[in-house]
Amino acid sequence: MSNKFLPLVIGAAMGVAVTTAAGATTLEDVKAKGFIQCGVSQGLPGFSNLDAQGNWTGIDVDYCRAMAAAVFGDASAVKFTPLSAKERFTALQSGEVDVLSRNTTWTMSRDTQLGLNFAGVNYYDGQGFMVRKDLGVTSALELSGASVCTNTGTTTELNVADYFRANNMPYEIVAFEKADEVVGAYDAGRCDVYTTDASGLYAQRLKLTNPGDHMVLPEIISKEPLGPVVRQGDDEWFNIAKWTLNAMLNAEELGVSSENVDEMKSSDNPAVKRLLGVEGAFGEAIGLPNDWAYAIIKNVGNYEESFNANVGPDTPLGISRGVNALWNDGGFMYAPPVR
Amino acid sequence: MSVMEQDSAGAPARASLLNDPKVRGIFYQIVLVVAITALGYVIVTNTIANLERQNIASGWSFLENTAGFGTNQSLVSYSETSTYGRAIFVGFLNTLLVAAVGIFFATVIGFIIGIARLSNNWVINRLAYCYVELVRNIPLLLQIFFWYFAVLRSIPGKREKWSLFDTFHLNIGGLRLPKPIMGTGSEWVGYAFLIGIAIAIFVARWARKRQEATGQPFPAFLTGVGLIIGLPILTYFVMGMPIGLEFPNFVETGPILRQGFELNVGLNIIPEFLALTAALSIYTASFIAEIVRAGIQAVSHGQTEAAHALGLRNGPTLRLVVIPQAMRVIIPPLTSQYLNLTKNSSLAVAIAYPDLVSMGGTVLNQTGQAIEIIGIWMAVYLSLSLITSAFMNWYNQRMALVER
Repeated sequence: MSNKFLPLVIGAAMGVAVTTAAGATTLEDVKAKGFIQCGVSQGLPGFSNLDAQGNWTGIDVDYCRAMAAAVFGDASAVKFTPLSAKERFTALQSGEVDVLSRNTTWTMSRDTQLGLNFAGVNYYDGQGFMVRKDLGVTSALELSGASVCTNTGTTTELNVADYFRANNMPYEIVAFEKADEVVGAYDAGRCDVYTTDASGLYAQRLKLTNPGDHMVLPEIISKEPLGPVVRQGDDEWFNIAKWTLNAMLNAEELGVSSENVDEMKSSDNPAVKRLLGVEGAFGEAIGLPNDWAYAIIKNVGNYEESFNANVGPDTPLGISRGVNALWNDGGFMYAPPVR
Repeated sequence: MSVMEQDSAGAPARASLLNDPKVRGIFYQIVLVVAITALGYVIVTNTIANLERQNIASGWSFLENTAGFGTNQSLVSYSETSTYGRAIFVGFLNTLLVAAVGIFFATVIGFIIGIARLSNNWVINRLAYCYVELVRNIPLLLQIFFWYFAVLRSIPGKREKWSLFDTFHLNIGGLRLPKPIMGTGSEWVGYAFLIGIAIAIFVARWARKRQEATGQPFPAFLTGVGLIIGLPILTYFVMGMPIGLEFPNFVETGPILRQGFELNVGLNIIPEFLALTAALSIYTASFIAEIVRAGIQAVSHGQTEAAHALGLRNGPTLRLVVIPQAMRVIIPPLTSQYLNLTKNSSLAVAIAYPDLVSMGGTVLNQTGQAIEIIGIWMAVYLSLSLITSAFMNWYNQRMALVER
């Protein structure tokens, strides 16, 4: 090594030490680059999936578009990073993505040990089992001795282990990295059972050779509250993430949709006025323009619109609202008021 | 140090220490080492500080926690209640297994194809050529998918089977074999096997010495094979047949789900292992074949002619003259193929074979301790590679030209 380089090396070492303390907030970073980098799945119909035109669609995708609309007033100011279950948290921790919206289950260890914060729940799910109809199985308790296909690095893998152990049933687990391979192996007959979140089962069933030959068993063996995730320690960005979701839910509750949002701006209802930024300065408080929620609803829609367009009864998935209905409609969806 | 040398040379042309090239050299080396150490220190402390700042758990205590997930292949006892450390160890053993079996088959297939490439028979020659060109030009991951998904779909489903001698059964659940059940006294059979190997090595050395001294050949190879196989069998009967066999149980009645092979009865080689081993050995064999061909062709034809002129027949010529010289050319590139195979085995994660990367990945996801897990991965693959190349270097030295 020439002695000209030595000062450089030492300088670089010092530089590393100095630059670590710096670092802008996520909102500043996002504004500077002009788009939000959003982590999504590698293809789960209804949640985050590429359509035939190559566009990302799904309720998790809509959430990211809603954030982009809130920040930039433009739902297309978002780029998507498909992540495997294994990569997702590291990608968020390292700053590769600004928000992770990838059908991720909110658990205590993820919330507390990974340096992450869950911004809420955009879909209440639970783990289920899918089997071939010709097995003649009607309950998950009859699955003793079965081979079970699933994804590695998911809560699913742990739930299935707990469930079979608790019921004292032997089983063989076959765990793949990518969902497409799980479906392929199940379809080939490697496994008797395919287990994942119930919504995922309905979605993946569409990819099977003969979807009609398979059925989802009635048991739901776990609680899987799925929601968007951001890094811990940046409260401003965390607030934006929380209130983007809350705005979509409140909009549904108040009857504001992408169709009528312009008329609603002149509504007499003070709650609608506050939501749409006609009254108060709620946007400023989270570092955004006051019409942040208006932009979300105008560009993306409320929660109901997103649900119905992606997973609802009129889509191939055909999932009813069930527990994902609003609280005043018999479901769990409840957003704190904009006040 | 330089000062002393100059003194002993008796030349008092004493230059300033600042301009002494040796002193300057040592000085810069020290500065470089200090700089690198400082850089390493900064990286480590910086990482720890960042993890703490972001509230990400770190440290090694997670290895003691309960894993909570299962696996479809483990060489040591493992259950959902085992620790994360145990899970990673299970993955490590699975990596070792697939690498060892893969290296064995890759070497056998590679040598056969490599020699076939040199055959005078046009058909054999062309077939070997096609094998090499076809296999080595298709990405390995695609071949793994081919063996797993294409082959998986063509073998019988879970409720059917293909059987050979009523002992080996193949279906989509894997290859079922009778499982040896070790009774009391069975360890002596293992010892007999080891003793057999030791005696065989001793006999081979004695035979070589005797042949060098007297010219009398001794059938050392056959004696060795007899010892290694015969001694354990003899012990087995002397100890009163302590090893039993547990046959796989194929159920044909009852609910459909219970039909097929019973879980955990008999030995089951999972299809993920079969597919991965097949893909790894066949892929690596195509490279080994070319190495073997090149090695043999590197031995000049004059060597064969000289051996023939001395009256050696074709067999001994190949065994005693050509192969020992060819091995010198073959071993170094062969080592790197073995290393490649070991590292390529991490592609297992694509087809649900629970290797180190797959098991470690699950642990990573459950605990979120990416730095620790990736550190373990790197350390394990690095040590495996270093051990393999150390062994191959030792073997290469043994095979190297001994100059007299």
